[in-house]
Amino acid sequence: MNTFFSPARLNALLAKEFIQMRRDRVTFAMMLGVPLMLLILFGFAINNDPKRLPAALLAMSNDQYSRAMVTALENTGYYRFDHIAESEAEAERLLERGTVSFVVTIPADFGTRVARGDQPQILIDADATDPSVASGAISTLGTVASQALLRAQGKQAAAAENARSQLDVVVHRRYNPEGISQYNIVPGLLGVILQMTMVMMTAMALTRETERGTMENLLAMPASPVEIMFGKVLPYAGVGAVQVVVVLIAAKLLFFVPFIGGMTLLLSSILIFVLGLVLLGYSISTVSRTQMQAMQLTFFFFLPSILLSGFMFPYRGMPGWAQTLGEIFPLTHFLRVVRAVMLKGATLPAVAGEIVWLIGFVVLFAGMALARFRRTLD
Amino acid sequence: MNVIEVNGLTKRFGDKTVVDDVAMTVAQGEIVGFLGPNGSGKTTTIRMMCGLLTPDEGEGTVLGYDIRTESLKIKREVGYMTQRFSFYEDLTIGENLEFVARLYQLRPMEQHVADTLEDLGMTSRRNQLAGTLSGGWKQRLALAACIMHKPKLLLLDEPTAGVDPKARREFWDEIHRLAHGGLTVLVSTHYMDEAERCHRISYISYGKMLATGTVAEVVHNAGLTTFVVQGPKLDAVARDLEKRPGVEQVAPFGATLHVVGSDKTALEAALADVEKDHKGVTVAPGETSLEDVFIQFMAGSKDNMAS
Repeated sequence: MNTFFSPARLNALLAKEFIQMRRDRVTFAMMLGVPLMLLILFGFAINNDPKRLPAALLAMSNDQYSRAMVTALENTGYYRFDHIAESEAEAERLLERGTVSFVVTIPADFGTRVARGDQPQILIDADATDPSVASGAISTLGTVASQALLRAQGKQAAAAENARSQLDVVVHRRYNPEGISQYNIVPGLLGVILQMTMVMMTAMALTRETERGTMENLLAMPASPVEIMFGKVLPYAGVGAVQVVVVLIAAKLLFFVPFIGGMTLLLSSILIFVLGLVLLGYSISTVSRTQMQAMQLTFFFFLPSILLSGFMFPYRGMPGWAQTLGEIFPLTHFLRVVRAVMLKGATLPAVAGEIVWLIGFVVLFAGMALARFRRTLD
Repeated sequence: MNVIEVNGLTKRFGDKTVVDDVAMTVAQGEIVGFLGPNGSGKTTTIRMMCGLLTPDEGEGTVLGYDIRTESLKIKREVGYMTQRFSFYEDLTIGENLEFVARLYQLRPMEQHVADTLEDLGMTSRRNQLAGTLSGGWKQRLALAACIMHKPKLLLLDEPTAGVDPKARREFWDEIHRLAHGGLTVLVSTHYMDEAERCHRISYISYGKMLATGTVAEVVHNAGLTTFVVQGPKLDAVARDLEKRPGVEQVAPFGATLHVVGSDKTALEAALADVEKDHKGVTVAPGETSLEDVFIQFMAGSKDNMAS
């Protein structure tokens, strides 16, 4: 009899695991319900390019030029003037409290200076505690303001002239021309959701047997470490597959995320990623003695991988060492693959390097799990 | 060839020696009782024999297989029933048995499961969750699952803890029936009446094997003398006797006192004037029981858990 691997014994373990999963209704519902919930919640909630931010206007004069400025700023879509400040102190207070993100101050002599052609000034105070909130709004200011002024002065021709004579920078916002956050967030969420449920569920799997005392019995019976590993890992990978289908359908129907690349490539890279995750969870399972420890280890891994993978913050914006650190998380590589394939229509050669990383993780985690697996109760 | 033949088995957890230089021989078809107080190393010894723990020192064979290198082969031919119910409580009785039958690759699987259920008298409860069974039924299920693959050796770790007397009786009848069919059984227990149902017993205390043999041999080899004291106000007599040299144990048994000592002459001297000192009290020579011997062992062995 083969002691290393037998399909019959693996089947026994798989059947057992599926029955247990089916009986544990709450967990089962969570495995399918939570991904959908998270996707809908975060998919609609997260926005990297905030618009219509509250702003206060402190206008010392009320002439046509000031009005033109305000209209121009509102037209950028970033400013929503819902406060009119009566004094500097009041404006200061609004900004300090966080009621508004911007205070636009138009000095008393603004109109006069424009009329004189004497370099008029406006002041914009931005709450830059969160740099990403302010950056979009500020970056559009320069050109918008000067164009608006010229038009207000009735110098349409000059405005056109001015626009033409300037250095013509052509920007193509490729792959996501409208800058829709969801296109970026939803594929990322797929990775994050899979990582959370897969790693955590599998991390609990073996420690649960240890805690309930069934491990002793399992070890006393003729099941090999490889069989026990796959017996635990495959059912959860199966759950992962269902989650993937749910999330992808939701991405298409709710968020209209484009699926440009090949479906086969997308699904096979997801499969490799999922396999890596469940094996990682299983490795955690082999080193922890209680489900609590497994949980803590999972979270220890979870947070840095979300923060450093490029899901929340731009990967390129991190210092070199942090980027290197980011490379050790499967999520980092998965995000690159899935974004490239879904949004850019990348083909295998373009993402092969990242897929090799993912396969490397599968091998590494499987090796770790088997090396750490205790065949005895020592 | 002996089914179990181990010697010098030693296991340490940290700096505590849980099993210390234990030797044991069990012949085919024997039922051997493994006795000892809580924490004496019974479970650890059994686990080393079925390959669940690696001994730090010592060697031996189980069913002719080396316990260090051939634990996989041992596992396939041994039935091990754990102290705590260790089948799946969220699986039904039938599913648990199917799981075991498949792991041991018993064919035809369905037939094995059906037969086992039939033997257990659980055919009608096949779809009941194992977790909802009472202690006695859990124990029967566990035993049935352990012997489904027809092991040659059965290792039972305190199988009757928390089981009512009738279920215990039935359990032991089953064990004897199996042994009669050639199965070898090593069973750990606390109960004296169970020890007396074994062919041989081994007594372990704080990791050390203190005695082994038939019940009569163990009692005889302990070399204890016992007197039975009868009469009124025995509690006063007991307090008096405990102070006398040569008296090592004074234990009330119903309306009598068992007075035990290892030095016969000293004990006789101590008891010589008891009948005079206490009115109406009689002293007669008595049979030393297995329990007297065990109490003696426990008093004499050093507790290594306390350090």
